[in-house]
Amino acid sequence: MKFTKDHEWVKLDGDVATVGITKHAADQLGDVVFVETPEVGKTVGKGDSFAVVESVKAASDVYAPVAGEVVEANEALSGAPETVNADAEGEGWFAKIKVSDASQLDGLMDRAAYDALLATL
Amino acid sequence: MTDLKTTPLNAAHRALGARMVGFGGYDMPVQYEGVLAEHRWTREHAGLFDVSHMGQARITGADAVSWFERFVPGDYQILKAGKQKYSLLLNDDGGIMDDLMAGKPDHAGLYVVVNAGNKEEDFAYLQSRLEGDVTLTRLEDRALLAIQGPEAAGVMAAHEPVLAEMGFMECARLMLFGADCFISRSGYTGEDGYEISVPADQAERIWNTLLEDARVKPIGLGARDSLRLEAGLPLYGHDIDPTTSPVEGALTFALSKSRRERADFPGADRILKELADRPARVRIGLHVKEGAPAREGAEIADADGTVVGKVTSGGPSPTLGRNIAMGYVPPHLSELGTELKVIVRGKPAAATVVAMPFVAQRYYRKPKA
Repeated sequence: MKFTKDHEWVKLDGDVATVGITKHAADQLGDVVFVETPEVGKTVGKGDSFAVVESVKAASDVYAPVAGEVVEANEALSGAPETVNADAEGEGWFAKIKVSDASQLDGLMDRAAYDALLATL
Repeated sequence: MTDLKTTPLNAAHRALGARMVGFGGYDMPVQYEGVLAEHRWTREHAGLFDVSHMGQARITGADAVSWFERFVPGDYQILKAGKQKYSLLLNDDGGIMDDLMAGKPDHAGLYVVVNAGNKEEDFAYLQSRLEGDVTLTRLEDRALLAIQGPEAAGVMAAHEPVLAEMGFMECARLMLFGADCFISRSGYTGEDGYEISVPADQAERIWNTLLEDARVKPIGLGARDSLRLEAGLPLYGHDIDPTTSPVEGALTFALSKSRRERADFPGADRILKELADRPARVRIGLHVKEGAPAREGAEIADADGTVVGKVTSGGPSPTLGRNIAMGYVPPHLSELGTELKVIVRGKPAAATVVAMPFVAQRYYRKPKA
């Protein structure tokens, strides 16, 4: 699993990257009440706003940590957005993105580097 | 980046692990354990809020009440001692400069509470217009607590039994917790409860004393906002502002009958004309029936898709389990049951005009003698 400074995570399986927001991000948001996942088939650029996560107070954009085509969205979140709080880095995934170039992940942080970033916040 | 001011309870919030944010120029707790849990606790038990950022003042002098009436549309002459009344500070165009509470907790003039974000302007405006023997004294050596929820009365009665006998919108100056306090049975959640003005140097002790009761938990500004939204209560600077008249803001209950007859409040020409005819727009409640919560700034469209207004606040209602919003539309689209659309991130979602409050208010009304 790799991490961005915007608190998204990516897990690559073959050429499909599962993406979501980190536990830290979910904790900061507080109670998640709505998730707008991207449409399947949509092409997203790295750093594009591709999903929205909403707490009681506010809506926050989620940025695509990798470029590619959305091949699956986590539809379960529409009925159970609280899954993002309960299991942000597992069942609370947002979408699966087919990446053309796996080297995109090279610049992302590993767990140790991400934990070190969190320690500075 | 301006330095945030702190309330006398700042250290207490930090000790409780609150997440702090800037609000109205103050470093305030937005949540402790979480907005949803705090919202529900207040609806079921008793929530304790630090609202010391709000502006407290006394207006005294033989002519204090008649002088104050020049700036607001409420009849404070007939208000009895021991009562308070919601009112609006109006500009000369009949726009709302602030909403406020003013009451007569004793026989020494008015006790007034205004919004944190407006207090400097409000008090400067009033100070510059003082006349005769009227004085306005800011109570900056006081904190303000609110305790709200169905168990609030039981909690407070354990400290002072007479508080159970107060009716909604009654107020008093009393010794509570060994301190000189102003107290009113009122609040901003739609629940029964009290607001208690306490000496700043006693605030932390009184806050902690109240939290010792297992029925009481601290509640942050996040839940305060979702609670007041469900109660249909406007938030100044969002749902009402200096361009909004009391008629547009659906606050005509604040226009006392005697004052309408005398037409002697700021902006009376505009306001009375809007009452007789119709205002350009009016604040309504919406049930958003699909999609994401509609937040402040979302456009409201009619059935044909023509934009007719804007959402001024909105979000999920934890009590109702659905999305609610307040906003402004032309009066012909304000009838209950009117089908409208709210546009969230470019997507129209069906919304219906519904009555406010969204969640029934549970104020304590004394049985008639």
